[in-house]
Amino acid sequence: MAMKINTGEFHERVEKGIHNTFMRGAVAGAQERLRTRRLEAAAELGNWEQWRALGEEIRKHTLENLDYYLMQLSENVKKRGGHVFFAQTAEEANDYICRVVESKQAKKIVKSKSMVTEEIHMNAALEKLGCEVIETDLGEYILQVDDHDPPSHIVAPALHKNKEQIRDVFQEKLAYTKTEKPEELALHARHMLRHEYMTADVGITGCNFAVAETGSITLVTNEGNADLVTALPKTQITVMGMERIVPTFEEMEVLVSLLTRSAVGQKLTSYITVLTGPRDEGEVDGPEEFHLVIVDNGRSDILGTEFQPVLQCIRCAACVNVCPVYRHIGGHSYGSIYSGPIGAVLSPLLGGYDDYKELPYASTLCAACTEACPVKIPLHELLLKHRQTIVEREGKAPISEKLAMKAFGLGAASSMLYKLGSKIAPTAVHPFTINDRISKGPGPLKAWTDIREFPAPEKERFRDWFKQRGEE
Amino acid sequence: MEAFLQRLASRLGRDMPTFVERPQWKHAPQQTVFQGYSQDELLAELKKQCTRIHTTLVETNTAELQQTIEQVIDAHGGGPIVVANDERYEQVGLSSFLKREDVHVWDVSLGRANIEAAEKANVGMTFSDITLAKSGTVVLLNHHNQGRTISFLPKTYVAIIPKSTIVPRMTQAASIIREQKHVPSCINFITGPSNSADIEMNLVVGVHGPMKATYIVITDC
Ligand code: SF4
Repeated sequence: MAMKINTGEFHERVEKGIHNTFMRGAVAGAQERLRTRRLEAAAELGNWEQWRALGEEIRKHTLENLDYYLMQLSENVKKRGGHVFFAQTAEEANDYICRVVESKQAKKIVKSKSMVTEEIHMNAALEKLGCEVIETDLGEYILQVDDHDPPSHIVAPALHKNKEQIRDVFQEKLAYTKTEKPEELALHARHMLRHEYMTADVGITGCNFAVAETGSITLVTNEGNADLVTALPKTQITVMGMERIVPTFEEMEVLVSLLTRSAVGQKLTSYITVLTGPRDEGEVDGPEEFHLVIVDNGRSDILGTEFQPVLQCIRCAACVNVCPVYRHIGGHSYGSIYSGPIGAVLSPLLGGYDDYKELPYASTLCAACTEACPVKIPLHELLLKHRQTIVEREGKAPISEKLAMKAFGLGAASSMLYKLGSKIAPTAVHPFTINDRISKGPGPLKAWTDIREFPAPEKERFRDWFKQRGEE
Repeated sequence: MEAFLQRLASRLGRDMPTFVERPQWKHAPQQTVFQGYSQDELLAELKKQCTRIHTTLVETNTAELQQTIEQVIDAHGGGPIVVANDERYEQVGLSSFLKREDVHVWDVSLGRANIEAAEKANVGMTFSDITLAKSGTVVLLNHHNQGRTISFLPKTYVAIIPKSTIVPRMTQAASIIREQKHVPSCINFITGPSNSADIEMNLVVGVHGPMKATYIVITDC
């Protein structure tokens, strides 16, 4: 499975994560800052809950009519002279992209950050053709230069690296001679990448939101790298997960606002760019040729199931930034490019339970993720559903929660899990709760409660506990 | 495509719809932002926001515009300058400015040489078509006489903002764009200079695009 990162067992990865002190500090610090900024941004709006409700409504409606909106999108892209390819699988997507690249006899490709191209392992497919694929997002560029170190956070992929490590990598690989100051490092990257944009044959981007009504794609960055990736090379290929679509500009702007506030606490990021087709007649910059690749790769299997809400995701990472388990184990432990609560829900769906059956246990079910999600995905309930499915299928859990919590260094969590799980997931658990103890539930719940040992609730409330942990 | 979409329809448990009506959304919090604000009030909000996005805002009027622009450019180290081929320059009295030696006016007939000029330029300058008070954003509806790279390749980006272009937020821009017969091939929403926090969460300004941004608001236009 291509979205997979890291080899080794789940336990080993977790073990490694917990013992990486710098990573843990960086993750905790980043979580704290991003979370605070998001909360401030939400508070500043005043009516955050209304915004979330609107976001949820738009995403739900779009998913319920996904076939229609995708058809509309594709027709409108074609009307503007673009090419559209629907890829059922990762292989189909890569084959098409490779064919386009070959037909252009392209050698150098610049790329802006995109989760879906990571998911389908596009870079490897292109490198096999003999192409050079250059990541232009600063975080991704750092990882690439460092022998393809995998990303550890959805919006801050190089979060696990400190500036000294980055300086060393730049010195070794890019003939860098200055200090570890972030400004100097970034300036060097700017210089190197400017040359790459100017000489690349093809630019490849992801897509934050496609707009069905006009056949446009929207790219959200702070660096502006996506703009240079699309303005300078002659050919542009945009790869999108099929669910990243909205009906019109009006919904696009609402979701962009939710995304930027939730991801980085900004009203809007520095650059939001809406591209429609290839360049118009007479234009000097912008691509001559535009290809849109719409990727399924397991998403349609989620449609129509109880997990459908996960497709509402706009990849803001707000859930990641509040997750106490992520805080302890870091992004790499998830073994998938999708980390944190969203990763724990999505990875088993896209990558299968064989590889990812432990992930639904990488959660305290404290529901902080659900509360943070700007499009109201019931993440912790979906994690519970995964556990039920796994237990149903395998007859037992792959890992007991007590053990999992211990492995995560979250000793207090298992009582907390009980307390909060029963408080916040009442629909799932409540009918079987007697005297604050969960009795053996019937059906799927039975197997689930069988492997659970619920200790008496502790006095400490989760929020206090989390706060205390946060100050460690 | 057929098979791909058919599969989605069947997963959704129905035939593929031939028409979907966009619902009336139950909530519309975006519509109430700065509702009923005057242009003066919107400008005040825009100014407030600029202090948060590393962007200098300068107010001027048409009579002093050229002088203001020259001051701003000097303060950023002078030319070369690249600008769009835009009739609004003349309308606001900037014809003689465009004749300056160090100004490159975008010229379709020169092809890629325009991009090279932008690459070498110290300052790139365009008009803002729509300006968003809430976020401090300028919206550029690019076209063949206004290349995309004008606002990206030079070290400094200067936006000329007629006060009349200021609206509350992106909501108004979205409906203005929807009304257009032809959606431009590239629309930029620019909110301050390029930046990144990828190295230890430190904010670094000027990563790929401009390192500095200045907005010049023309208050009588
Ligand atoms: S699940 Fe929600 S909070 Fe998490 S990344 Fe997706 S949209 Fe953001």
